[in-house]
Parts: sequence; structure tokens; C-alpha cells
Amino acid sequence: MAAPEEHGSPAQFLESVGRGVARFVDAVGFGAHLFFESFYWFIMGRRVGQRVRSSSVFAQMMVIGVQAIPIVSILSVAIGITLSMQGINSLEQFGAQHQVILMVALSVTREFGPLITGILVAGRSGSALAARISTMVISQEIDALKVMGINPVRYMVVPSLVGMMIVLPSLTLWSIGISLLGSAIYVAPQIGTTVGAYFTQVNASIDADDLAHGLTKSLIFAVLITIVAVINGISVKGGAEGVGRVTTSAVVHGILAIVLTDMVFVFMTTS
Amino acid sequence: MTEAPIPQQPVIEVNDLVTHYGERRILKGVSLTIQQGEIMVIMGGSGSGKSTLLRHMMALEKATSGSIKLLGNELSELSQMDLYKLCRKIGVSFQGGALFSSLSVMENIILPLREHTELDRVTMEVMARMKLQVVDLAEFEALMPSQLSGGMIKRAAIARAIIMDPTLLFFDEPSAGLDPVVSSKLDNLILKLRDAMQMTIVVVTHELESAFKIADRIIVLDKGKILTIGTVDEVRSSSNQRIQDLLNRRFEEEELDPEEYLRRLMGEIEDSQTEDSD
Repeated sequence: MAAPEEHGSPAQFLESVGRGVARFVDAVGFGAHLFFESFYWFIMGRRVGQRVRSSSVFAQMMVIGVQAIPIVSILSVAIGITLSMQGINSLEQFGAQHQVILMVALSVTREFGPLITGILVAGRSGSALAARISTMVISQEIDALKVMGINPVRYMVVPSLVGMMIVLPSLTLWSIGISLLGSAIYVAPQIGTTVGAYFTQVNASIDADDLAHGLTKSLIFAVLITIVAVINGISVKGGAEGVGRVTTSAVVHGILAIVLTDMVFVFMTTS
Repeated sequence: MTEAPIPQQPVIEVNDLVTHYGERRILKGVSLTIQQGEIMVIMGGSGSGKSTLLRHMMALEKATSGSIKLLGNELSELSQMDLYKLCRKIGVSFQGGALFSSLSVMENIILPLREHTELDRVTMEVMARMKLQVVDLAEFEALMPSQLSGGMIKRAAIARAIIMDPTLLFFDEPSAGLDPVVSSKLDNLILKLRDAMQMTIVVVTHELESAFKIADRIIVLDKGKILTIGTVDEVRSSSNQRIQDLLNRRFEEEELDPEEYLRRLMGEIEDSQTEDSD
């Protein structure tokens, strides 16, 4: 008779890695299916008597976007000022502190704006969506939708996805603007220029491609945040404790997905 | 000359239904028919498969084998869109009510109308108020589900279930968690719905008093198989020991396997396997 495997043996480690990879591949496949199904309902819903209500999309836009403006603004000003302080401090060693405008403009537009906004929305709205869906699963509200002849993806997921895809790039644009404003207010007196001249130089430093780079990423982040939240939400097990667990997972997985996708995106567009 | 009785088309036909959760076989060849205007009560101990059977009849689960015909439609052959259309003829009252917590009572009740009809808001509200009167909740339309008692939630859920005037109504444990007075009122409501609206009603319950009060026929399930189908008197007078155990409430204690109970307690068995938490 074979001896039982010891706890923590290489075989068990490999098995757990294998299971993790299988779960990941399964989740990616399901996420892709969910995205295309959402796309189908958004386009075809009205024709098949399952229309996506614009009021639901607007409601989501309000929650995800408009209500997030204050916190995005505070964070963006702080990022803009912090980058400027670090930039001036580093660049003045080479007597190039005037280049701080170029540095801040490019890094905020291409990187920090979309990334910080994405992470903030993942924490704020991704978690809320996962909590909402998991609560609905536990209290049989999803089953109730099905037996009422209402497709849950069309009713629950599409408004959130569409709302997120509209709002996140808009919030990112807002974040970029506010970060640059914060930076301008700090930098202008430091390097002996005006806020107006700061923005003139920003305009000369970045082009449409830089903005497109940042906004395209935020669009991808919007899809990731929503799909990750939904996958976590519907995988809930147990009661209130399960809701807490999937809510945390939605945030962690959402941020992980954003940062890794950002890295791959930057690699693909710059190499 | 007396006319020959017109043969009735069954509203539900289940044939040799088998289903698994993972390796575990939950339903082991269940067959039954339910006629128009009938109140059929499904009974059984914990883990007998009664909630699973109900979920299959509501098209929420797919069977391993066998067939279910609902209002003449074979469920496994329906497209998703046809299934959604069929669902409009079905009403369901879930065990916990399953009201949408973010919507008021009124919004909950008009949801099916809002999603499936082109009626204007005023008409929908008038229809909802009529249903609220049927369930005796006329004064509570503006409240949120969190502001309602258990019995009121169930009645609001019934109002939502009947808003589309369905031909078939499912109840999952309508009396669970309610005091005897409220429970009795719900039983009367179920009878009233059948008599006034000619609905066919399927009820899963383990409340014997309630079952005997409302049932035209009773199905007793045990370990995924049908022990008997019959009228209240036939079930009561059955000589089958398992049925007598159920009637004398000795069923559930026997079902408790301490090892499995502990594993469930530790969360090692997924929810889907513990389908019958009632």
C-alpha cells in the first residue's frame, strides 16, 4: 500500500499550481464569454424583446462616475503635485528642472491618469458590483430574474459594463486634467513661469497619440473591472461571509488585472 | 346523453428525470404529471430532492437525462428566447421571497410588466395595486423589502409572481419561517389563487398541516425517488413505513449523517450539493 503524500510535498505543490492555472483559464474563458454575451444583448436586446434600458445605464454612470469625481479629483491633484516635487528634485541635479513639465505631462497622460483612476474605480465600483451580484445570488434574486424571463446578463451586467466603458475614460480624462492643474500650481512658481505658460508647454509636449494611449487603456480597464467583479460576484458561496470574501477578491483581482494588463499594453505599444 | 369527458392536457409532465450534482445522484428517475387547476404538493425529508425537482420544473437546472414538458413545451428543446417567453406564463414564489432589495414593493411587482410589455406606467401601477389587494398589501407599495416582515415579503413575492396572470405557479416552502397564523393565511391565499384564477400550483413544503390543507395530490419523495403520489387521504392512509415516518416527523432525524453534517458545517460541501437546506 502506497504511503500517503506528506503535506506540502512537491506533488501537492504541482497539483495546486495546476488547479490554479486551470481555474484561471476557466475564468478567462468565462470572462470572454460574458463580454461577448453582454455585447450581444446590447446590440440585439431590443430586437428580441430584452432591451437594455438607458435609464439603467445612466444610473450606473452616476454611481460609477459622477459620485467618484470628488475622490478622483483629490487623488489626481495629489499625484500631480507629488510627481512635480519628485521631478523637480531629481531634474535640478542636472539643471533640467524646466523639463519637469514634459515629464509630468507624459507620465500623467500615458500612465498615472488611467492607472490611478482604474485602481480607484476597481476599489470603489468593482467591489460594489461584486457585492451587489453576490447578494443577489444568495437571496435567489438572480433565479427570480431567470424565472421572470429576464436575462440576468442583460439586466445586471450590460448596464454596468456600458456605464463603466463610458465613464472610466471620462474620469481618466478628468483625472489627467486635474493632475496637470495640481502640477501647474506647484511647478509654475518653482521654475518661474505662469500656469498659462505651463499648459502651453504641456500642449507642446504631448500629442493625440499619448492621449489615445491613456484612454484606450482606461477602456480596457473598464471591461476588466466589470468582468472581474461579475465573475467574483456570481462565484459566491455561503452567506454574508461569502459576500465579504468575493468583494475583497473582486478588488484584488481587479487591481491585479489592471496592473498586469497595463504592463503588457505598454510593452506592446512601445517595443 | 352524457358528453364524454375531454381529456385534459397535463400542465407538467416529468419523465424519468435523473440529475447529478457532481458524483452525487440527486433525482433517480422521477416521473409525474400535473393537471390543469391542480394543487400538487411535493414533500420529503432533507436531501430527498424536492427542491431540486422544483428547480428543474422551473427550468433553473438541466437534467442528466429524462424530460420535462411544461405547458406542452419540452424544456430541453426550447431555445433561450422561447424559454424566456414560456417563463412569462410561470410565476414563482421563492423561499425567501427573492424581492429585489434595491427596489420598492411597487417597483418589484411591476418589474415583469416593465420588462415584457409596452404598458404605460399608470396602467402598470393600477395592475400592481390590484395584485397587492389580492395579497392584502395595498398599503405597503412604497416600502422597501427591508421594511417588511417575513410574511409580508412572501405576500409581496406572490403579488409579483401573479402580476403577469400566469397559468402555472410554483411555491418553494411558502410557510418556512412563518408563525402558524400567517402560515394559515398564506395557505388560504394559495387556495384563493387556484379557485379565482384557475392556476395550476406546485408547492414544495415540509409543513404537514399546510400540505394537507391545500393539496389536491401529494408527491412524497425519498432519496431522489417518488415513494407515492396520491390524494391527501391516500397518503395519510399509506402503509409505507417511510411515509408514516415522514407523517410522524421521524424522517429528518434518520437522514442526519453526523460525518456529512460536520463536513457541511465546515463548508467542505458546496452549496449546490446541499440543495435542500430546508
